[in-house]
Amino acid sequence: MPERQLTGTRLRNRRIDRGMKQSALAEAVGISPSYLNLIEHNRRRIGGKLLSDLARELAVDPEMLVEGTASAVRVPLQEAAAEFRSAAPEEDRLDELVARFPGWAALIGAQQDRIAQLEARVQRMTDRLTHDPQVASALHEVISTVTAIRSTASILNESEGLDRDWQARFHRNLDTDSLRLSESSQALMGYLDMNADAAAQVQSPLEIAEAEMAARGYAYPELEQGRASPEELSAELPDPRARQILRNWLTIFAEDARHLPAEAFSPAARRVGHDPLRLARLFEQPLDRIFRRLAALPEEDGHPVTGLAVCDQAGVVVFQKPVMEFHLPRSGAGCPFWPVFQALTQPGRPVRRRVGLPGSAGTVFDCAAVARDFGPPSFEGPTQVVATMLVRPASAETGETPGRVGPGCRVCPVEGCSARRQPSLLQEPG
Amino acid sequence: MGRRVLLIEDEPNIIEAISFILSKDGWTVHTHADGETAVDRVRDGAPDLVILDVMLPGRSGFDILRDLREGAEAAADLPILMLTARGQQRDRDMAEQLGATRFMTKPFSNSEVLETVRALAAP
Repeated sequence: MPERQLTGTRLRNRRIDRGMKQSALAEAVGISPSYLNLIEHNRRRIGGKLLSDLARELAVDPEMLVEGTASAVRVPLQEAAAEFRSAAPEEDRLDELVARFPGWAALIGAQQDRIAQLEARVQRMTDRLTHDPQVASALHEVISTVTAIRSTASILNESEGLDRDWQARFHRNLDTDSLRLSESSQALMGYLDMNADAAAQVQSPLEIAEAEMAARGYAYPELEQGRASPEELSAELPDPRARQILRNWLTIFAEDARHLPAEAFSPAARRVGHDPLRLARLFEQPLDRIFRRLAALPEEDGHPVTGLAVCDQAGVVVFQKPVMEFHLPRSGAGCPFWPVFQALTQPGRPVRRRVGLPGSAGTVFDCAAVARDFGPPSFEGPTQVVATMLVRPASAETGETPGRVGPGCRVCPVEGCSARRQPSLLQEPG
Repeated sequence: MGRRVLLIEDEPNIIEAISFILSKDGWTVHTHADGETAVDRVRDGAPDLVILDVMLPGRSGFDILRDLREGAEAAADLPILMLTARGQQRDRDMAEQLGATRFMTKPFSNSEVLETVRALAAP
């Protein structure tokens, strides 16, 4: 194993030698025990102030903990050189590079690690598409059903003088197969885009932060009651970028709770039938804050099940609380008919629409969205517009006919859609 | 009685559609939906052609194909048309290596099936 992994081991041995508990050492240097555990098992690199603090607490020279640092830096550089021989790196001058430009050497090493992580991620996704039994099974189901439909439809279309019994039989088959196709395509879509476990495997900082919020049920009562700060509640996340994202959202939630405390907002929401416009007028607060507070109301207290989505002006979903089949694709590939994207085109003007997903489930949602400038007012530079959408499951039986939205072009079965960007996996290419 | 086709497939409505178009063309169509007993069914039924799906309950169409080509009573010359929902090159390669006479990817057209069957099992 590369020498760089020894720092954590040395640190752990030193702590045990001194009879110090992991939690005590973590507290002394201001990190979580779980993060220290990662360091001690060589799963996180350390340096700088944290290394100095740990060395101080363990009464040891930092150099003693990082002996072999130069070798540790060399390993990823040698790996990078081996993989990119075409760049003709001067391998005989590696020591010189490390000695003269330690920062650049560390950067190349970090990039090598990052490349390895990304390659592993691509491999996982490829494996998922080609070898995942659930995807294979769902695709098989879809294609088999399409085959039956195509064959049966051709018979009905091309067989002149087909007797009535056969006609009725094939019509029945078409009916059952079309229903099956709706269900299997929903299942496929669900697995590709909405599967929580699959989402958890993708380790972008945003997704790590969202997974953390989802695991908490998007509920932070200690934040609401001022018993914990966003910093404290996000400290446990080992990934610093994910921690930053979580901290930012928790700061927004804390600010929301300050303006709309639960003890006033919760009964008021009940009184007005959870109508966001009435609540906005009542509390004199912006609509997006009302949306976030409505989405934070606990269902166990009798409040309606509510989802939330927030996207930036590039259409990238930066936060979402899924509800039923509502879940927007992460990478700006969402259906533009979702009101959250329409709100972006008219900042400040609320949009309210009833929309339905295609397929046999045909879930209908009442959506309300609004976009507004999110950053501080400024005459300099572009404004930062963010759209927020409240999503509530609605009855398909009552109310106006829902507008059509899709799950994202890739897995959307809707034909003849004016907004289609790419062919659907569920349709034959035209 | 027309020439015999054994259709080994587990999707009822595909079975019905293919049976219909082949019967209408004068073929006698027998069907079988279970992978585990498919090899015995081929040997007992002595068809003139087999249409074999890859994904079957109990056993893969590739395993059945291997047994039919390499087993004790190998049906070396029997025309076998493989059907699959996966059109990847490696599936085609495997079907070819194992001795499939033809390989067809779902979804296919009725005329494609009919023409292939006619070509493979011409008297």
